[in-house]
Amino acid sequence: MTRDAAGRPARRGGFRTVVGVFLGYAVLVFFALMFLYPFVIQTANAFKTEADAAAHPLSPVPDPFTTAAFAKIFDSTAFPLWIGNSILVTVLITVGRVFLDSLAGYALARLSFRGRGAVTAMIVAVMAVPGVVLLIPKFLVLNQLGIYNTYSALVLPLLVDAAGVFIMRQFFLSVPPSLEEAARMDGAGVFRTYWSIILPMARPALITLTILSFQASWNEFPHTVVAVQSPQLFTLPRGIANLVSGSLGAGTQYPLKLGAALLATIPVAIIFVIFQRYFVRGAAEGASKE
Amino acid sequence: MTDRTRRGRSGIRGNEAVAGWLFVAPAVLILGLFLVLPIGMALWVSVSGWNGQGSPFAPGVPFVGAQNYTSLFLDEGLTRENFMISIRNNLYYVAVAVPAQTVLALALALVVNQRFLKGTSFFRTAFYFPSVTSSVAISVVFLFLFANSGAVNALLAMVGISGPAWFADPRGLLHLVLDGLGLVDLANPPAALTGGGPFGLSWWEWLAGPSVAMSTIIMLVVWTTSGTFMLIFLAALQDVPVQVEEASLIDGANAWQRLRHVTLPMLKPALFLVITLGLIGTWQVFDQIYVMSQGKPANTTLTPAYLSYRTAFRDFEYGTGAAISFVLFLIIVTMTLLQRWIMRDRDEVRPRRRWWPPRRRAS
Repeated sequence: MTRDAAGRPARRGGFRTVVGVFLGYAVLVFFALMFLYPFVIQTANAFKTEADAAAHPLSPVPDPFTTAAFAKIFDSTAFPLWIGNSILVTVLITVGRVFLDSLAGYALARLSFRGRGAVTAMIVAVMAVPGVVLLIPKFLVLNQLGIYNTYSALVLPLLVDAAGVFIMRQFFLSVPPSLEEAARMDGAGVFRTYWSIILPMARPALITLTILSFQASWNEFPHTVVAVQSPQLFTLPRGIANLVSGSLGAGTQYPLKLGAALLATIPVAIIFVIFQRYFVRGAAEGASKE
Repeated sequence: MTDRTRRGRSGIRGNEAVAGWLFVAPAVLILGLFLVLPIGMALWVSVSGWNGQGSPFAPGVPFVGAQNYTSLFLDEGLTRENFMISIRNNLYYVAVAVPAQTVLALALALVVNQRFLKGTSFFRTAFYFPSVTSSVAISVVFLFLFANSGAVNALLAMVGISGPAWFADPRGLLHLVLDGLGLVDLANPPAALTGGGPFGLSWWEWLAGPSVAMSTIIMLVVWTTSGTFMLIFLAALQDVPVQVEEASLIDGANAWQRLRHVTLPMLKPALFLVITLGLIGTWQVFDQIYVMSQGKPANTTLTPAYLSYRTAFRDFEYGTGAAISFVLFLIIVTMTLLQRWIMRDRDEVRPRRRWWPPRRRAS
C-alpha cells in the first residue's frame, strides 16, 4: 500500500486502464464464485429435502426449507459424541502444542546447552518426513505401547509438532535478548523468566500457533484412522467419513451428509474470519520453513 | 557484590544446560517416540512377514528379507499390479494437479496483487478459505457436487451437455482423447499396446491418463491448495522492489514483457517452493481417496498412500504395506531432490551462457 505513495508513473491510455479494471474484476468475481459457491450449495442443500436436493442441486434457496437433516444428525447418528471427542482432543492438543512447542522453541533459540544443534537438526529432519508415510509406523508404536484405540492414542502423538517448534524458535531468534537478560540478572530463574517475561512478549506468535494447532487438530483425519477403531472414539472427521462411506440407511441422504460437514466446518470458519491475518501469517511462516 | 555476580553467572550457565534439556525434553520425547522410533519399527516390519497378530517383535515373526519389496516390483501378481496401477494413477495425478495448482495460484496472486483493483483483500480471503477447512468435510461437498444428479451435472445440463457418472467412470482421460481423435478405439485397443509393458502393466494401461473419477479428486485438490500457494506468491510479489517495476515501465515494456522478464524471474524462489510443496503434497493424497472413492472405480483412484493403508489395515499384510510406505517415502524425497537439482542447475547455467556462441542451433 505504501507503494502507491511512492508515486507511479502516469498510465498511458485511460481506455486500457478501464478494460484492465473490468477484466481484473471479472477474473476475481469468477474465481470468488468458484471458491465460495460450493459452500453456498453445501449450506443450502443441508436445509433441503432429499428430493429437492436431487432435483435442484444448484439452487441456493431450499424449497421447502427444512431442518429435518439436522434433527436426524443429532437423533440417529453419533454426532454429539463425535463433537465431544473432537472438542476434547482439540483442546488437549492445542494446549499441549502451544506450551510444549514454545518451550522447546525458546530453548533452541535462547538457551545454550550441549546437543542443541543436534535437537534442532532432528526437528528440521522430522518436519521433512511426509505424514502419510508414517501411518503404519504410528500404528505400530501405538500398538506396541498398548495404547492403540484409546484417547491417549488420539492425543499423545500430536501433542508436539515439529513445525510449531520451528516457528517458535524462529520467533524467539527475532526478539532482542536484552529484556530477558535483565530479568535473569535480577536473579529470576530460567523458567520464571520464560513464563513471566518471554511468553507475554511472544503473544502474536502464540496466537498464530494456537490457531494453527486448533485448525490442524480439529480437521485431523489420517491420524485418527490408525490410532483408533472403536466408534466410541471417533472425532468429527472420522465420524463423517464413516457416515459417508455407507453407515447410513437407504438413499443418498445428501442433506444430512452436507449438514454434518457444514457443522464440522463452522468452528474453523468462525476462527478464520476473526483471526484471518494470523492464518495468513501462519501460511507464510509454515512455508518459509523450507 | 562481584562475588555474587560471578556466582550468579556460572549459576545461570549451569542452569541453562539443565533447563535447556528440560525445556526440549517433552518435544524430543514425543517426536522421538511417535515419529523417529516408529520409522525404525516400520523398517523391520517391511522386511518381516508380520500379519498383525501379537507383537511384530515377538520371536515367531519371520524375517523375509526383501520379499515385500520384490513383490512390488519384480514378482508377477496382484500385489505388483495394484502397486503399479497406484503409481500410474499418482503420476497422472501429480502431472495434472501440480501444474494446475501452481498456475492457478500464480494467476490469482498476480490479479489480487494489482494495485488498481479495490477490495482485493476480500478476494484473497475467499480464495484462501477452502484451504483451512476440513479435508473430510470438503470431500463430502465434492461428492455432492459431482454426484449423478449433483450441481456440476446440473450446470452441464444447462449448456446441453449430459455429464458423466463422475465417481463410477473408470475411463482414462488420455484414452478418451485418443479415442476422440480417432487414433484408437476404446472398445478395441490396439494389440501393439495391450501386448505387454513394463512392470506387468500393459502400455495401454500405462497410457490411460487420469480416470474421470480421479479428475474430480484432482479438481478438489487444486481447489483447496491454490489458496495457500497464492499466499506464498503474494508474499513474494510484495518483495518485488517497486523501482524495478517502474524502470521496466519507463523502458516501455508491456504487461506481458514485464511479467515474463521482470516479475517471474523474481518469483523463482517462490515458484520453487510451491512446486516442491506441490510435489510433496500430491504424492500424499489420502483423505480424499478414503472419503470419496476408496480406490474405486476399477482401482483408478488408488494411490500408493491409500494402497499402503489398505494393504496393511484391510488385508493385514503389514509387511507389504510398510514396504509401500518406504517406496513412497523414497519417491517423495527423490522428487524434492530432483526439483532442487533442476532449479540449482538453472541458476548456474544462466551466467555461463555469455561465453557460449551467441546463436546456437537447436540440435
